[in-house]
Amino acid sequence: MPLPTGDVIGILADNLRLRKSVLPIPARVATKWTEGLGLPRGGETVLYTGMMYQLIPYIEGLVKVEQRLGDSWLARWTGFGRKVNRIINVSAFMARPSAAERASYDQIPINVVHLLRQAGVEFGALYEDDLYSGALAHDLGADAVLAEHARRVNAVFEKHGVKTVITIDPHTTNMLRSVYPKVLDNYDVEVRSYLEVLAEKDLAARHLLSGEVALHDSCVFARYEGIVQEPRKLLAAAGVTIRDPENTGRQTWCCGGPIESLYPAKAAANAAKRVEQLRAAAPDGVTMCPMCFVNLSNAAGDTMHFKDISQYLREAYTS
Amino acid sequence: MTALVNPGLATELDRSDEFNADACMNCGVCSAICPMGVDVQPRKLFRYVLLGMEDRVAAETETVYSCLLCKMCEENCPSGVHIAANVRTLRHHINRTVFGL
Repeated sequence: MPLPTGDVIGILADNLRLRKSVLPIPARVATKWTEGLGLPRGGETVLYTGMMYQLIPYIEGLVKVEQRLGDSWLARWTGFGRKVNRIINVSAFMARPSAAERASYDQIPINVVHLLRQAGVEFGALYEDDLYSGALAHDLGADAVLAEHARRVNAVFEKHGVKTVITIDPHTTNMLRSVYPKVLDNYDVEVRSYLEVLAEKDLAARHLLSGEVALHDSCVFARYEGIVQEPRKLLAAAGVTIRDPENTGRQTWCCGGPIESLYPAKAAANAAKRVEQLRAAAPDGVTMCPMCFVNLSNAAGDTMHFKDISQYLREAYTS
Repeated sequence: MTALVNPGLATELDRSDEFNADACMNCGVCSAICPMGVDVQPRKLFRYVLLGMEDRVAAETETVYSCLLCKMCEENCPSGVHIAANVRTLRHHINRTVFGL
């Protein structure tokens, strides 16, 4: 049984309002990926993670707890849990991923740093001011909380003199590029995905890769932001043979991730259908969204192996 | 079967230029291609809104929140209905009227 929908939305919205993220994690964890990279603080152009990759291992842990709670008598106490969560960050006790799990997701922004440097792009980072975008609150219709949070993010951009943001995942890209302009009056930030930035640089691969991959387009990249050709161009120039599954490009099939926080069983069933399509195309899959990566990987188990696109690109384009 | 009708529901929900449930011509493409299958039928939800059937919208809470917002339906909608934005609007409405958020 799923947990009561209203209470779960309430907890997530409370977290964003009180703690700047639907699932608050310590700043030292969120910024761990920056260690040793020597990224300047702020500047006109910054790489912005929106904490998406860093949050994934925590979201995974939380969803597992949700599933266990949903099947127990404790589900009836979710409303009380929301009240307690306003005072104590309950979710911090519910999800405790290992250092190895966190490190595997931190590797994605690190890959992007190396790729952008290889392309000659100069950029900084916002460290503890690199806040979650509010994507889930937007999806769940928590409009007032989202508007308040968007103002907070924009204040960070203004504080650091940011004019251009380079994003990594589709959800942060969509929020900063297409949603914030609708909810903020004074928002003037150019937002580009690192895939768009790299694709227009016409980088030459330093190490040509081989093999076939089934490319899973993110719904948000493909249908919300029109990013379809860029990943194909980059992978093809890296020597990878792309095998498109039955639903591909602007007709891509969702991984199920957007409803994982409310209905994990439905999300998993949808991911299983998508894995069937991808597995029919190639034994290895490539994703460009952390939610897609984790949902499809969980659904596939040992039957298929997924990698984030940045891993292929870093291997091919950087020394 | 009776229904409590709120004739102003569509107007109440029309809080932005994006909300356009009235563009739906009920052709059913959205329902036919939805990855979630028969659980989610945008055309049915939008018809309830247009008819002011607020209690039916509330009764479809799980349906409204089960939508992936993946825009597969919107990509193939012949009438240009902003299905994802409309569903978000319904969520905002249910958050306020059903969950008290």
